[in-house]
Amino acid sequence: MSESVDIDAILGTRWERAENLIPVLQDIQSQFHYLPEGALRAVSRCFQIPFPRVFHVATFYNCFSLEPRGRHHVQVCLGTACHVRGGQRVLDKVLRELSLPASGTTSDFEFTVEPVRCLGCCALAPVMRVDQRTYGHLQQSRVPRVLKGCRQPIMATA
Amino acid sequence: MSAPQTRIANLTDLLHAAARGRKTLLPNHPKILVGMASCGLAAGADEVYQAIREETSRLQLPYVVAPTGCIGWCSQEPLVDVRLPHKPRVTYGRMDVPKARELVRGLCDGDLKTQWAIGLLTGHDNPVTRTRIRYSQPSARVDGVPRYEDLELFRRQIRLVTRNCGVIDPADLDEYIARAGYLALHWALTGMRPEEIINEVTRSGLRGRGGAGFPTGKKWEVMRRQPAKPKYIVCNADEGDPGAYMDRAVLEGDPHSVLEGMTIGAYAMGASDGVIYVREEYPLAVKRMLEAIAQAEAAGLLGDNLFHSGFSFHIRVVKGAGAFVCGEETALITSVEGRVGEPRQRPPYPAQRGLGGKPTCINNVETWANIPVILMRGGDWYAHLGTGDSRGTKVFCLVGAVKNPTLIEVPMGITLRQIVYDIGGGIPQGRKFKAIQTGGPSGGCLPESLLDLEVDYESLTQAGAIMGSGGMIVMDSSTCMVDLARYFLTFLADESCGKCFSCRKGLQRMRQIVTRITEGLGSEGDLELIEDLGWMVRETSLCGLGQTAPNPVLSTLRYFRDEYLAHVREKRCPAKVCKELITYRIEPTLCDGCGACVRVCTSQAILGEKKKVHTIDNAKCIKCGSCLEVCQPQAVLVE
Repeated sequence: MSESVDIDAILGTRWERAENLIPVLQDIQSQFHYLPEGALRAVSRCFQIPFPRVFHVATFYNCFSLEPRGRHHVQVCLGTACHVRGGQRVLDKVLRELSLPASGTTSDFEFTVEPVRCLGCCALAPVMRVDQRTYGHLQQSRVPRVLKGCRQPIMATA
Repeated sequence: MSAPQTRIANLTDLLHAAARGRKTLLPNHPKILVGMASCGLAAGADEVYQAIREETSRLQLPYVVAPTGCIGWCSQEPLVDVRLPHKPRVTYGRMDVPKARELVRGLCDGDLKTQWAIGLLTGHDNPVTRTRIRYSQPSARVDGVPRYEDLELFRRQIRLVTRNCGVIDPADLDEYIARAGYLALHWALTGMRPEEIINEVTRSGLRGRGGAGFPTGKKWEVMRRQPAKPKYIVCNADEGDPGAYMDRAVLEGDPHSVLEGMTIGAYAMGASDGVIYVREEYPLAVKRMLEAIAQAEAAGLLGDNLFHSGFSFHIRVVKGAGAFVCGEETALITSVEGRVGEPRQRPPYPAQRGLGGKPTCINNVETWANIPVILMRGGDWYAHLGTGDSRGTKVFCLVGAVKNPTLIEVPMGITLRQIVYDIGGGIPQGRKFKAIQTGGPSGGCLPESLLDLEVDYESLTQAGAIMGSGGMIVMDSSTCMVDLARYFLTFLADESCGKCFSCRKGLQRMRQIVTRITEGLGSEGDLELIEDLGWMVRETSLCGLGQTAPNPVLSTLRYFRDEYLAHVREKRCPAKVCKELITYRIEPTLCDGCGACVRVCTSQAILGEKKKVHTIDNAKCIKCGSCLEVCQPQAVLVE
């Protein structure tokens, strides 16, 4: 499956100026859930920015991924408040539930699990966000239910 | 949401808008408000909101149902407020869908459901104009419901920055104007010279609320004197400190206050363009800001020739891409320019050479939101709040091991004890206070002996912590300070941009050593080595991240050295957190054999028949703590 990227469509009315590089990469990321190499090369040509510099930006920021992500994005908060209240245990539980050895994507591309530095809901610690929905006061025992709920297609529209 | 925005070009237009806003703020129908900031939504506010809407339309009630921002009562989310015409506003906590539906049905029958009510308000002070919106007569009461003013949580608070959070609908410009919004801007553009504005800000003693605490007036003065054009204004909303969310609360609950502050600053400093740099982890804040900018532009409060003064100002939103170091101002600038966020040498300061090499004034969300208040009330009034060189109020996020995690705004100079015990309600579950962590990963942990410390920039720095952006994480006896140091070092080593060798390698090395200690592999001399490394990283790093990175480790070493020593010498974790140093056990006298632990144990480490005492096979146990979580008789012990 080749990823063809229509840079012009993503660029829209923006100029091919360096200041728009990150926003354009963000748009590609949200469209494809990762940055395909072809897209990075196209961006490099379009912006006339050397490819290594585009690659540097793409690998520096946490929101970009060079590997395809799963259908559901699970972000387990490891902010200080969540850490103090057992965020790491929640993360470990999610990884065990999905049989992942470490943060990453499941083999069926259903889930990508990543720790995140603070979602700003510290009063509800520990917190986890799946796609757009945030779950607070999480206990390990609730994790399987949350993940199971995501597998059902109805939830995808939320 | 509302009708097409009418243009606002003079004071009369502002007053008309205010009148419209007052009508929706204080309608002649019952009004139901739902707190719909990110934390409310995470607690289920959206479902509650939908349920209330459905129920009111099903019963064909002429109620006004509106969203609002975060009033700061985070422990009681989702929050619902009800105000009947000329009656006090009553707050309901921990609402869910069935309760919300019942509440609406109750209201319909004249039943206020006071059993769920947690507080009542007869009005809201407006610090901008010293006026007050009145929900009811000040003496009005509802039986059995305490007034906000009488609650410890709110009694000490002075809400300037968060003046509108939880009061107005953040998506309604008229409601913001009804709370004297854009009045300060009008006053500045039509009645004040730029120097006068800077003078007021200088007199207020306001210092940057992002962490470093640089005097705002001074920064503005430097920026104003720069001859280069164009000049830029930046709002730093890259709130990366874990455990801090006050900026998010303001952006989501009162976006126009930030826009107004920025526009006033732009006029004072002669800037023409502004940027709001928001973390992408805050999708709702991004949405609210974009919405607010569009509204302000449509109303003529942002754009060209504001209030016919000839002054023009434009703002755009830039989404951060997830890098903690971009909270540092020079790194933020390179990020906005489309490069990797690596800090650079200062001077030249951004106020001299910033975005595109032009003068750029960067202030934090909270700093900008303070500006309209300072301008309307005067710098001297603002300076009467606070203490020493720290003036005004500060918003704090009090989270972690406290009974009432909250977002509070208090005058500087309040003591940590007042914050933790009076406002936060103390430590839950009968545990003992151990430490309070301020200032995020650049801050430090303060022990119980420093609880009477007054919160201001200087005393916190002296104690080895910093004010930072205002996160306060309370820790009880269940937190291991060595593990916490490891946590912060992991965070910082990951987020170090890698430019300075000392920060990049020094933090990795410190993380290795501390990790070894948490695994029970530490040796004598490790602590001294960490201290040396910490000193080296602090002295030889370029930016604030590296210079403050050793703080969490050094402060825990300073105040909790015995805990480190227990790990190193006795191979023991006193807080029973470090996995390698603990084992789980089931106390036979407490176990009732219910089998709950067996069901949750994914590694089949718990043995025993139903109704009989269970035991843990330590060879199989992965120490995940699931059994501890579900054991009702608390028979699972950690040793």
